[in-house]
Amino acid sequence: MNGAYKERIINGIIKENPTFILVLGMCPTLAVTTSAINGIGMGLSTCAVLILSNLIISLLRNTIPDQVRIPGYIVVIASLVTVVELILRAYIPALYDALGLYIPLIVVNCIILGRAEAYASKATPLLAACDGLGMGLGFTIALTLIGIFRELIGAGTLFGLHVMPAGYQPVAIFVRAPGAFIVLGILIAVLNGLHIKNNSSKKVEGCAGDCCSCGKEACGDRKEEQRIEG
Amino acid sequence: MSEMVLLLIGAALVNNVVLSQFYGLCPFLGVSKQVKTAASMGLAVIFVITIASAVASLIYDFVLTPLDLQFLQTIVFILVIAGLVQFVEMFLKKSSPALYQALGVYLPLITTNCAVLGVALQNVQNEYNFVSSVVNGIGTSVGFTIAIVIMAGIRERNENNNIIGPLKGMPIVLFTAALMAIAFNGFSGLI
Repeated sequence: MNGAYKERIINGIIKENPTFILVLGMCPTLAVTTSAINGIGMGLSTCAVLILSNLIISLLRNTIPDQVRIPGYIVVIASLVTVVELILRAYIPALYDALGLYIPLIVVNCIILGRAEAYASKATPLLAACDGLGMGLGFTIALTLIGIFRELIGAGTLFGLHVMPAGYQPVAIFVRAPGAFIVLGILIAVLNGLHIKNNSSKKVEGCAGDCCSCGKEACGDRKEEQRIEG
Repeated sequence: MSEMVLLLIGAALVNNVVLSQFYGLCPFLGVSKQVKTAASMGLAVIFVITIASAVASLIYDFVLTPLDLQFLQTIVFILVIAGLVQFVEMFLKKSSPALYQALGVYLPLITTNCAVLGVALQNVQNEYNFVSSVVNGIGTSVGFTIAIVIMAGIRERNENNNIIGPLKGMPIVLFTAALMAIAFNGFSGLI
């Protein structure tokens, strides 16, 4: 039994890493990773929401009627996000200011609803919580990694400390919007080059991981194809 | 009046929703393979965001503020948006089958497009009144449409190019987006 829990956690961090392998939740991934510390903050906030939402949804899995499960999940997730938001505002105001609107937007993070639908609604509470922990940590690690690259190149610092030699001229574009796309593009290209399979090449055909709502709805493109075929 | 025009341009071009604020990236990367589908998606987004920002602004001013329940905004907004999208879909199906045919498939996808919730929350945070909220909504969604249509145009051309192995798929799309973001940075001197 112990092994199953461990397996869930490792699965989330490595085998099904939400950012690099599943390519989910792109908006916060690109928006808040201007520094490593922001990446960690966003990752851990999402992780907390993910663990609790998986746990609660798993506990409620036999209570929520199937037809209204998506609105039900959204209410659970939105309540948890509000709690996290208030806690951050009260105790870590600096992080709250840095992340801004992206904290309430955790609600629409595809990973959370995706895990609720794909895993938590079918698993026992403890396993679901472990799954949330694994996915959350995987997300945190990915965000921190992107944050480290962007902060190092764009500002010459790491977690706020100067690490680059004094003569280093920071490439400011990396902490701005274009840098986010470039760093993620390079990281995924490296993974592709190493032949680590991710869903990006497959998904890009249909939905590039817009799984927010994808619960059962296929994405626009795919549906259109079906309609043409049908 | 000029304030509204500035707000509109600011929302559409200067602070482009996708390329500088990263809201609504999922459909931007996902539904941008063909100009035609991208344009329909953009149209659906304009439709929904405009209505949603109007409704969210009214609810915030006339329900949440008098009851002192502002902290519930996230929960209320997301439910309102989800309900609204459902309602718009049903309404279009009955009243305008042609429009439904064009936008129908995209409407359910928009519920969790973070741009919709993002704009509603932004309006509240910036303390916009009803009219400014609607203008901001229109500007933002027009900006989204501009970005996704340009992206689809570039991707249609990219289709025939010989792209080296590891860059195929997602990476080249992300690099394209990066170049577009650099271009849109040029608008920052406009206001």
